[in-house]
Amino acid sequence: MARLNTPAMLKINDLTVGYGAITAVKGLTLEVREGEIVSLIGSNGAGKSTTLRTVSGLLKPKSGNIEFLGEKIDGIAGHEIVAKGICHSPEGRRIFPKMTVDENLDLGAYLRKDAAAVKETRDHVLQLFPRLQERINQKAGTMSGGEQQMLAVGRALMGNPKLLILDEPSMGLAPVLVDLIFETIEEIRKSGVTILLVEQNALAALRIADYAYVLESGHLKLEGDGSKLADDPAIAQAYLGG
Amino acid sequence: MTSVASGVARKKKVTPSAILMRASMIMIIGVAVYWLGLNLTSDPRQFAQVTVNGLNNGLLYALIALGYTLVYGIIELINFAHGDLFMLGAVFSFAVLTEALGATGPSATNYALLLVVLLLSMLFCAFINVSIERLAYRRLRNAPRLAPLITAVGMSFVLQWIGLKWIGSNPVNVNTVLPSSDFEVAGVVIAVKTLIIFAVTIPLLIVLAFIVNKTRRGRAMRATAQDKDASRLMGIDVNQTITFTFAIAGAAAGAAGLMWAQTTGTVAYNLGFQLGLVAFTAAVLGGVGNLYGAVLGGIIIGLIQSYNDGLAIGPGQRWSQTMVFTLLILLMVYRPGGLLGETAQEKV
Repeated sequence: MARLNTPAMLKINDLTVGYGAITAVKGLTLEVREGEIVSLIGSNGAGKSTTLRTVSGLLKPKSGNIEFLGEKIDGIAGHEIVAKGICHSPEGRRIFPKMTVDENLDLGAYLRKDAAAVKETRDHVLQLFPRLQERINQKAGTMSGGEQQMLAVGRALMGNPKLLILDEPSMGLAPVLVDLIFETIEEIRKSGVTILLVEQNALAALRIADYAYVLESGHLKLEGDGSKLADDPAIAQAYLGG
Repeated sequence: MTSVASGVARKKKVTPSAILMRASMIMIIGVAVYWLGLNLTSDPRQFAQVTVNGLNNGLLYALIALGYTLVYGIIELINFAHGDLFMLGAVFSFAVLTEALGATGPSATNYALLLVVLLLSMLFCAFINVSIERLAYRRLRNAPRLAPLITAVGMSFVLQWIGLKWIGSNPVNVNTVLPSSDFEVAGVVIAVKTLIIFAVTIPLLIVLAFIVNKTRRGRAMRATAQDKDASRLMGIDVNQTITFTFAIAGAAAGAAGLMWAQTTGTVAYNLGFQLGLVAFTAAVLGGVGNLYGAVLGGIIIGLIQSYNDGLAIGPGQRWSQTMVFTLLILLMVYRPGGLLGETAQEKV
């Protein structure tokens, strides 16, 4: 698929992020346009999750800036970024294990006041993941990895995001579930949500992406249309185990 | 790789040591039940009397224990200054109610003043607790565990010093507002003070449980306790939630302080150490981090002390602390997580 001709939603410009003395992301520039699925791929430690965590305000950039819908959002606290319409399903799922599925979903809509609209989103999420409906009163920590992943994505959707950030949604899942997750991602996009996706499963991530960026040790290595990168033999050799 | 180990695979093997553990536990419970049963049958009136006294103290312990457990639950810090915060609550209520307002002895006006000062005392302690978090603990949130712990010990001394400067080094008598009268129910003497403690602490505990379990704020607290970054991603203001938790913990300590001053009729600058230790034990006994555990632990310790001190057949007052801590040690051996603490492992 190719890049859409829509206005930019998220613009990251010359971003540098580090933990103490270690610089995890160096001078990264990327763009996510409205309605797109953009994938960020690269090996372990390439700086993918760091980039996402910085967009969500969990990390402060050392330099560079991040713009969301024309507004500067770097340096703003995490909870305020959620209010602007960015919801993040983090790496490792990070659901609230001692709470029920129901409570986890409610927390996803923590900032939303309109009960009727929340109910609507909730119905939509439970329709996407019928399994969550079956487990609605179960403690989230007792569910299987796949179910927890569905909950993490569903919980992020509960915030009614304009931009949905998904960090490794297929990690540790059985192949059948991986397919299900990717199908769901496309379905979510069809409902009008823009998606920024980080995946280890690079081939699948490139196939569904309109546009993709390849990171290597914190640098931008390559960018291009998802389908083109998926067919690129050099990419295949480096990241797709080909 | 994440593991999805099934529960069946981890099924406990029955080993000789497990049998020994189980047998010794049953034996200890048996002795305790026998002791209580013996006293109950030999003098039921005395037993009921002692139970009422135990509940009286136990509910106050529960209010203080809540503060430990709330703070531990949310930032995994044992707030050593909490007992001293309770002391400051007692001192504050004495200074305002008894000295400044001159409310001594029961009267309708004095009861109204008592309620007002109860609120003030709660606000005062909430304010101090929030300030301590802002000034000291917040900066150390990402520091190694030992740093905030030592800071909490330091804060404990600071608060004690404030108490010392405020009322001096000798215990001060409080002319209480509460009546010293009592009445009898089936031969059991119940002090009006005890009823008032029930009337104040039980609703407070219920309100606290409601806040934590049913409100939006409470849900944010529980989320923050489990995972701070994930909470931020939900849009929860983590700093504000922690501030709120310290405020609630402080308010509970303030209420307990006033009730203590009014029911025992004495305050001292070192009150916090002793009561703090008991309340902390109550929190651990119930499972630190668990709200109901703190209440349960507080009531159990109140009862144990009371049974030990007051029952005709028993070790007597001298062994009071020994009994409490022996119970704690035994419980930690058999249930390291505390009575209501978590023992089950979560899948990762």
